[in-house]
Amino acid sequence: MHEWSLAEAVIATVIEESIKEGLEEITKIKIKIGELQQMDTEIFEFALNEIAKVQDVGLLLSEMRIEMETERAILKCGVCGKEWAFDETGLGEEEYEAVHFAPEVAHAYIRCPSCKSPDFEIVQGRGVLIDYIKGSGK
Amino acid sequence: METAMDPRLNIIDKRLAGIKRLIAVSGGKGGIGKSLTASVLALTLSKMGYRVGLLDLDLSAPSTHVILGIKDVYPEEEKGIIPPEVHHIKFMSIVYFTRDNPAPLRGIDISNAMLELLAVTRWGSLDFLIVDTPPGIGDATMDVIRWLRRAEFLVMTTPSKVALETVKKVIKMLTELNVPIIGVIENMKMEKSSWVKHDLKEFNVSILGEIDFDITIEGSIGDVNKLLESDFAAIIKELVLKSSGFDLKT
Repeated sequence: MHEWSLAEAVIATVIEESIKEGLEEITKIKIKIGELQQMDTEIFEFALNEIAKVQDVGLLLSEMRIEMETERAILKCGVCGKEWAFDETGLGEEEYEAVHFAPEVAHAYIRCPSCKSPDFEIVQGRGVLIDYIKGSGK
Repeated sequence: METAMDPRLNIIDKRLAGIKRLIAVSGGKGGIGKSLTASVLALTLSKMGYRVGLLDLDLSAPSTHVILGIKDVYPEEEKGIIPPEVHHIKFMSIVYFTRDNPAPLRGIDISNAMLELLAVTRWGSLDFLIVDTPPGIGDATMDVIRWLRRAEFLVMTTPSKVALETVKKVIKMLTELNVPIIGVIENMKMEKSSWVKHDLKEFNVSILGEIDFDITIEGSIGDVNKLLESDFAAIIKELVLKSSGFDLKT
């Protein structure tokens, strides 16, 4: 699943940033998931935990708690300024799947509900971001 | 530690770790044969027995799938995306997801889409990944330099003052950034001339060779066998074999 590759990226980043900051034990991470990414959060969390077990490089990831927050995707037309939500767009199953793999392809399927322009901006709700990493160090 | 971090940046090197060489086909202008060269180069290297991937990063105007006649295939999802193997080439393009629809992407969207593809595509082991880039030194080329840090550039030009003007800027930028340039190919020659070579003398780049304008090549588009039999492919193979930049074992 696509969720696994992003989970691998999250754990790699947590490890790298924790080493940089001198953390020895990670107690919690918070991840923001953009709605546009169309992630299955259960699979994502399972993948994060599984990869954390395998990737543990002396950092104590075993006690790490994971908090996830899904951010609603809001789009804004660059031509007429109309703002609308991704969940109002009514895409078909195939289009949803395509957006799941590469969220920017939303531009191939979505048009401004007001002026029909494809020139819109993703104001929020795109991508997977690590909001913070909590832990203790030396 | 509180700052929003994009985890995709930390996985790209791992995704590309099994690839021995990354070759970005670049050039100043559109319509000078970058995509055709990238496609035929991928086919040629594959025919020679190398394990090859082709990544189309011309996200707004992908065309390598048309050149290679690739249709009705879709990547497999297995802890990421596995590019399908077509004509013995692992092929990745945004066209799998946009299909026939126009995808009008602004700079930030191009960077994000490219980052997503690089973060989730699992290439496995390859001898070469050929990357088709859009013209000029815009977002995609800058992102190739930023994220495909081992990329070597193959630069295309034509005997046109307009094309060469921008190619010089591409070469200047790559040189300034210490990005390796395998060499320059002068494509679509319609008459004997040496002014392109002369004009490029001020740069420390090797001129790999010239390819005559091939009036028959359009009839080979979409047909891999015809492409491989074309004069264009014969010259690409010759240039690749004799170029010290490619350093192939014959």
